[in-house]
Amino acid sequence: MTFQIDYLAFAPEFVVIGTLLAVFALDLILPRPQKYWTATVAVAGTALAAVPLVILAVEGETRSMFDGSYVVDEFALVLKGLFVVAVYLVFLMSHHYIESDRYYQGEYYFLLLSSVLGSMVMASARDLIILFVALELTTGPLYLLAGWRKGDVKSNEASMKYFILGVLSTAFLLYGMSFLYGLTGEVTFSGIAEATAGMADEPALILAILFVIVGFGFKIAAVPFHFWAPDTYEGAPTPVTAYLSVNSKAAGFVAMLLVMYLALPSVSEIWAPALWVLAVLSMTVGNLSALRQSNIVRLLAYSSVAQAGFMLVPFASAAVVGADLEEAFSATVIYLTIYAVMNLGAFAVVIAGARKTRSGELRAWSGLGQADTRLAVLVAVFFFSLAGIPPLAGWFAKFAMFRSVMIAGGTATVVLAVIAAVNAVIAIYYYARVVKTVWVDDPIGEFADDASAAPAGSLRLALGLSLVFTVLVGFFPAIATFVGDASRVLAAG
Amino acid sequence: MELFETWGLTLIVFLPLAGALLLGLLPKENELALKTVALLASLGAFVLSLALISQFDFSGGTYNSYQFEVDETWIGAINAQYHLGVDGISLPMLVLSTFVMVLAVIYSWNHWEEPKNPKAFLILMMILATGMNGTFVALDLVLFFIFFEVVLLPMYFMIGIWGDRTPRKIPGFSREVETRLYASIKFFLFTLFGSAFMLLGFLALYFKSGEVSELGIRTFDIVELTKLGGLGAFTGNFASLVFGAMFLGFAVKVPMWPFHTWLPDAHTAAPTVGSVLLAAILLKLGSYGFIRISLPILPEEAANWAPAIAILAVIGIIYGSLACLAQTDMKRLIAFSSVGHMGFVMLGIATMTDIGINAAIIGMVAHGLITGLLFFLAGSMSHRYHTREMSRLGGNIKLMPVMGGILAFTAMASLGLPGLAGFWGEFMSLVGSYNPLDGLSLGVFRTAMVLGAIGTVLTAGYMLWMLQQVNLGEPSAEWESKEFHDVDRFELAAWVPLIILIVVIGFYPKVIFDATTDTVTSLVNTVFNAEAVASLGSGG
Repeated sequence: MTFQIDYLAFAPEFVVIGTLLAVFALDLILPRPQKYWTATVAVAGTALAAVPLVILAVEGETRSMFDGSYVVDEFALVLKGLFVVAVYLVFLMSHHYIESDRYYQGEYYFLLLSSVLGSMVMASARDLIILFVALELTTGPLYLLAGWRKGDVKSNEASMKYFILGVLSTAFLLYGMSFLYGLTGEVTFSGIAEATAGMADEPALILAILFVIVGFGFKIAAVPFHFWAPDTYEGAPTPVTAYLSVNSKAAGFVAMLLVMYLALPSVSEIWAPALWVLAVLSMTVGNLSALRQSNIVRLLAYSSVAQAGFMLVPFASAAVVGADLEEAFSATVIYLTIYAVMNLGAFAVVIAGARKTRSGELRAWSGLGQADTRLAVLVAVFFFSLAGIPPLAGWFAKFAMFRSVMIAGGTATVVLAVIAAVNAVIAIYYYARVVKTVWVDDPIGEFADDASAAPAGSLRLALGLSLVFTVLVGFFPAIATFVGDASRVLAAG
Repeated sequence: MELFETWGLTLIVFLPLAGALLLGLLPKENELALKTVALLASLGAFVLSLALISQFDFSGGTYNSYQFEVDETWIGAINAQYHLGVDGISLPMLVLSTFVMVLAVIYSWNHWEEPKNPKAFLILMMILATGMNGTFVALDLVLFFIFFEVVLLPMYFMIGIWGDRTPRKIPGFSREVETRLYASIKFFLFTLFGSAFMLLGFLALYFKSGEVSELGIRTFDIVELTKLGGLGAFTGNFASLVFGAMFLGFAVKVPMWPFHTWLPDAHTAAPTVGSVLLAAILLKLGSYGFIRISLPILPEEAANWAPAIAILAVIGIIYGSLACLAQTDMKRLIAFSSVGHMGFVMLGIATMTDIGINAAIIGMVAHGLITGLLFFLAGSMSHRYHTREMSRLGGNIKLMPVMGGILAFTAMASLGLPGLAGFWGEFMSLVGSYNPLDGLSLGVFRTAMVLGAIGTVLTAGYMLWMLQQVNLGEPSAEWESKEFHDVDRFELAAWVPLIILIVVIGFYPKVIFDATTDTVTSLVNTVFNAEAVASLGSGG
């Protein structure tokens, strides 16, 4: 055993740790009016974390440490990049939001940075223990952040629900993992993969896998483990909701797929049907519930449940028919990347719009297009992109998903593809409804028009960045395919 | 010239989009500048498409060879190409699309429906133009899909924002809903439902192409896939599933009975220019998809489906005509007439003969010109009368002689009067179905022919009935004190070119057939016949 530490491989995480400590220290030193510096440092720190990521990516060498328990390869780098970019956008959205409501700024950024640190470590985790610790570091701070608006009953409810269900799911997950360890005597993914080959009939293994899936199901808010999501999303501060629906969901997703793909590939006949059912339920229930929502954040909550279902489709379909999982994995990562940015864009638009309408109720958004055309254009871009309508980025996500399903072939997958296609159409109804409300309906109330209603500079930047990405990827999907290609190193290595 | 060879099509497709971007930068208040930019962009695309005609090689087009081709890598990872090209089949459609767009911009000059906002409306029109032109020249399935879908968004907004605000009772809703809201989302969902399956079909072809081609390369290229299809690469269960999936996408767009229910709502609710573009061009995207993609790539399967398509087409013809006779709203009547006319187009396609497909193409062009003009007229009339109820309109020709005259002319063209453009499509598709491709059931097609012929009588019936109600008789008392101004110069500028073309194509259909005949004949001879013979041989 060697415990050589490769400092360059850890550099992105070190930068984040440095930033969060700096934020923590500044928060103690600075007087209240100057607290906004914590935000500046947090934004600068995440931007800085991209530098070692780029260096590592250019170098392109796979670095493996601790006997293969911690790996920095192209796949891990792409995901770390995604997490950093996403949290960067969330910071830009939070800046004005958090400052204007006199929240505790320093702690806010400290907690978000801790969470993103967890997800970055998770992308490299190749054994159960690191994976578990990283995943808990990702979700732990979010229990606090969900309840950030202390005076608000809904926010308290959000935090409480999220905490109790989150802890429950952790218990399931850990229980399942302990079974895996008990059966195989291994914690590394590769070790488990070897040991479980040919154990498909072992009842304890089936139990272990089901527990693990239930645990992850809560994290990614897949139906029927999604009950916390709408309430938590609605109650939490909107930037935190954006983070929950993107970073924390992506982290849970990647963790689940890593375990299935790397640790349990040989017993896919156990978990594949479960994922198939999860995918169908998440898409259908998520979409049908979203149809009835009148609050825009709740609508996005159900939409993200449904999108999780779409993301499960490639993997579920490939595994059910025993096809090659490589394509499926790549499609999922492409979907995840595009979803992350366009969903953050949608949340940024919601934050900007809520300043004008002073409400999250969809009705209050009626006729916003007449008051603010630019904002209304952004609403149309992000919501239609989520709906998957060309030429906006979302089409390629759906395209990659359908493509991987068709590669797999077989009856079960064709059924899944048809269900997904029908669901894609259902989803368009409620996304289009938001756009319709903004563009087509007549205004029913006054819109705030003072200086405080204008989006802050940082929010504009967040909107601009996600807009550029959403449009560019729509026209040149080649930008997104490299993300998918990067994930193929897992299959090779 | 070299430059035009490679860049011509790209310019035609993207010039309107560039116009849209420029429009976005101009201030909202400067209406004249906005209109000028839109006119120049659409006129530019039209002039370029005329230049395309002048450079086009009309001599002996063989199917699956295209002119003005561009073929560049677009999405390398999935081997999707930026592949454009025109042949004798797509050329008339492309010119129709750029031409009608110019007229639509001219008509818009002083016709703005509530809530005005010319800037937004013109931007949507330009995006629509890019989508439509692109669909007719795309030679890659992914590219085709993108363009096919791009037209949805602008049309959705056009109907949703500028559409008919009359509240309507919709079954299943407790409150009355504004027509535009119901119509726009219905249009959107129907079309997307179809195209989601169409995409699945495209993807299935893509993967199959990797298995059957010699080099094992997967491709979305329509040219390559047509070659493979001609060799009989796609057969059996696979082919029938794929054909079915693509059928859903195209049939909803056409629309064929029973997928037509979005059409009367969307056409009636849309603003005038929206209805014109919908009828003149958007519907053709579906039938063009059949000719360009479904039939050549899956010829054997197309032969299996042909009788079913013919039956649905004939049901569309009869049903559309009967539905017309039940309408009280003039615009809705014209909308339903599209169901019938597109039925003739689909019947022509279903015969899989050169006569039938030629009929379909000239039918599409004629329907584009005639129904486009009818919707212009309906729009202008309801602009003046503030009603579309035919029972209130009567005596129009006395109040507005020119408008009434044009309406009479167009109605005659629409009912298929020999000597006007509408005649050829109906007549030839009936002739074609007397003698469909070898191997297709004669019984089905000859019955279809007879029923179609009855349909032409019904068409004449409802068109004359509409004329009688709207144009003839005495004006009703409620208009007595009103002053009506007859057609203005913008209306004339938009309509006269249409009238001229309707007459020219009516007397001299060769202008269309010169482009199409060789290509269509070669399609039928090389792609269909070989297949039909083969299937007869193997299937007994």
